[in-house]
Amino acid sequence: MRRYFGRKLLIYGLTFFVAVTINWMIPRFMPGDPVASMLARANVTQPAAYEAMRSYYTGLFGLDQPIWQQYLNFWGRLLRGDFGTSIYLFPTPVSTVIKGAVPYSIGLVMPSVLLSWVVGNWAGAIAARRKVLDNTALPIGYVLTAMPHMWLGVLMAWGFGVILGWLPIAGGYSFSMRPSLTWAFAWDLVVHWFLPFLSLFLIALGGWAIGMRNMIIYELESDYSNYLSALGAPQRLIRRYAFRNAVLPQITGLALQLGVIVAGALVTEIVFSYPGLGSLILNAIKNKDFFLIQGAFLFIVLGVLIANFIIDIVYVVVDPRTRAGMVAGT
Amino acid sequence: MITVDGLRVYYRTLKGDVRALDGVTFDVRDGEILGLAGESGCGKTTLGKSLIRMDGRMKHVAGTVTLDGRSLPIADDAAMVPFRFHEVSLIPQYSMSALNPTRKIGRMIRELLKARQAPYDEQELHKRLELVGLGVETLERYPIELSGGMKQRMVMVISTLLNPSLLIADEITSALDVSTQKAVATALAGFRDAGFLKSMIFITHDISLTYQIADTIMVMYAGKLAEKAPAKTMVTAPRHPYTQLLLNSLPEVGVRYGQRRLAGIPGSPPSLLNPPDGCRFRDRCPLAYGKCAEEPPPVEVEPGHFVACWKA
Repeated sequence: MRRYFGRKLLIYGLTFFVAVTINWMIPRFMPGDPVASMLARANVTQPAAYEAMRSYYTGLFGLDQPIWQQYLNFWGRLLRGDFGTSIYLFPTPVSTVIKGAVPYSIGLVMPSVLLSWVVGNWAGAIAARRKVLDNTALPIGYVLTAMPHMWLGVLMAWGFGVILGWLPIAGGYSFSMRPSLTWAFAWDLVVHWFLPFLSLFLIALGGWAIGMRNMIIYELESDYSNYLSALGAPQRLIRRYAFRNAVLPQITGLALQLGVIVAGALVTEIVFSYPGLGSLILNAIKNKDFFLIQGAFLFIVLGVLIANFIIDIVYVVVDPRTRAGMVAGT
Repeated sequence: MITVDGLRVYYRTLKGDVRALDGVTFDVRDGEILGLAGESGCGKTTLGKSLIRMDGRMKHVAGTVTLDGRSLPIADDAAMVPFRFHEVSLIPQYSMSALNPTRKIGRMIRELLKARQAPYDEQELHKRLELVGLGVETLERYPIELSGGMKQRMVMVISTLLNPSLLIADEITSALDVSTQKAVATALAGFRDAGFLKSMIFITHDISLTYQIADTIMVMYAGKLAEKAPAKTMVTAPRHPYTQLLLNSLPEVGVRYGQRRLAGIPGSPPSLLNPPDGCRFRDRCPLAYGKCAEEPPPVEVEPGHFVACWKA
């Protein structure tokens, strides 16, 4: 058991290192100079002042050092918990900017991932039971899962927000509100949260339902199901066993899909101008804010890795075969 | 006592009915082990399945099955349920994968018995496990932790737990090596002797293994009965040309086949989609003559010895 998790942790550590390194590299390979664009925004006209400010900021962000030195500095600061200062929201530290955005992203992604997984599995298992349901649920599932996130997002914003006027279409809360611990503000949050949540939920739902439906049908054809049927076991028992076995690949699927879901969430946030990491990353890229891009991606990498690790643990709990493998020391 | 009378079961396909089982009549007495032999596609597995659970493509066309004086509703899936496990049970071909991989075996057995409203007699279960050489702790394991032979024996114990009147063992030794085959066959005969089951149909393509445990051997060819006789008679004095050729194609111990070629049966069985009239073995039979264009009925040439051949 310890060996199994030890090896897993090592793999996650390596993944983290590689992902963070790539995150560090990508913004630096983008064309353009962040300090120049920052100064352009500040409308500095005097050449002497411009030159002085340019060298000051370049030194401040450590961009005058050789690239390998910048990389080492980056890891050194990262390990001390210092993500640097945002260029675009100067002089706010990146950690503060991200801290403001992360709750929105988590509040959006977690419920939509978990609920769509649970409801999708449930719907798929039911669809596998009846022909009529199957004939309706399957096409709906295919349509849902094939929808691009931004397209469904725009469609819902247009339908529910513009045409029907039921729900707001942008922002995390109303401009007229200040964040506070009141019921009115909480309700405002929920109302703004609902459309982005729903579009993420619906798209993920289709895929899970189709996957579960196929797996259940496969399991019901399997040898152990046939044996139980031959011994006259009721369908209820056979379906329960089939469900338990069919859920296993769905759990693996959840781990594999996490990255895709996060990417979808970023796009959805941008469509709804939701103040999470997605909108933040878009702004950071637009302004060549190296440190903010790095920081935001770091949080996404961490989130995906932690979620994967949790799924690994869950898998060990639900599938006896992985446990058998651990005892054998493989 | 099970009596099968004129049973016909066809497979529905897009091209038409495949007559996999085309009028078979026989009975198995209490305490008797019937060895059912024949090559692939002769209908032996179809017969086994028909007696417990037909799959969706199978169609009961004619014939009756009577078990202990009661008629078995083999065509009615729901009506068969009360008979399954309690009266008719099965050891499947796929014992290696017959157990739910995500349940501990003991819990699976308890859940199955509860679902079938059968009492869970722990002592009896333990006794039987020990009889086949499985420890009681096996119940606390998952199927993945058992070897192939252990799973096979576990399935044997589960299938016979309610002392069925008829046990169908379908090609259960095909996946085992020769030494284990013998042990499994002997264990099943032991189950019969201990009264765990009244009668058994032992389906196999291995006629020499059948001979070791069966009281009676029935040979099928292309969906029909070719010959049925007491095991000894079948091996020493077969009357049907197919049985004779089948036995001749078995290797004999002590003979070096470098010197003598192993005889086979030339040709292959007819298609059962539109089978020819008359004797179905006609085309491959060295003794065939004009009369074979008519279908030979099974005739009792001596007590308990049935042959379906005009030359017998």
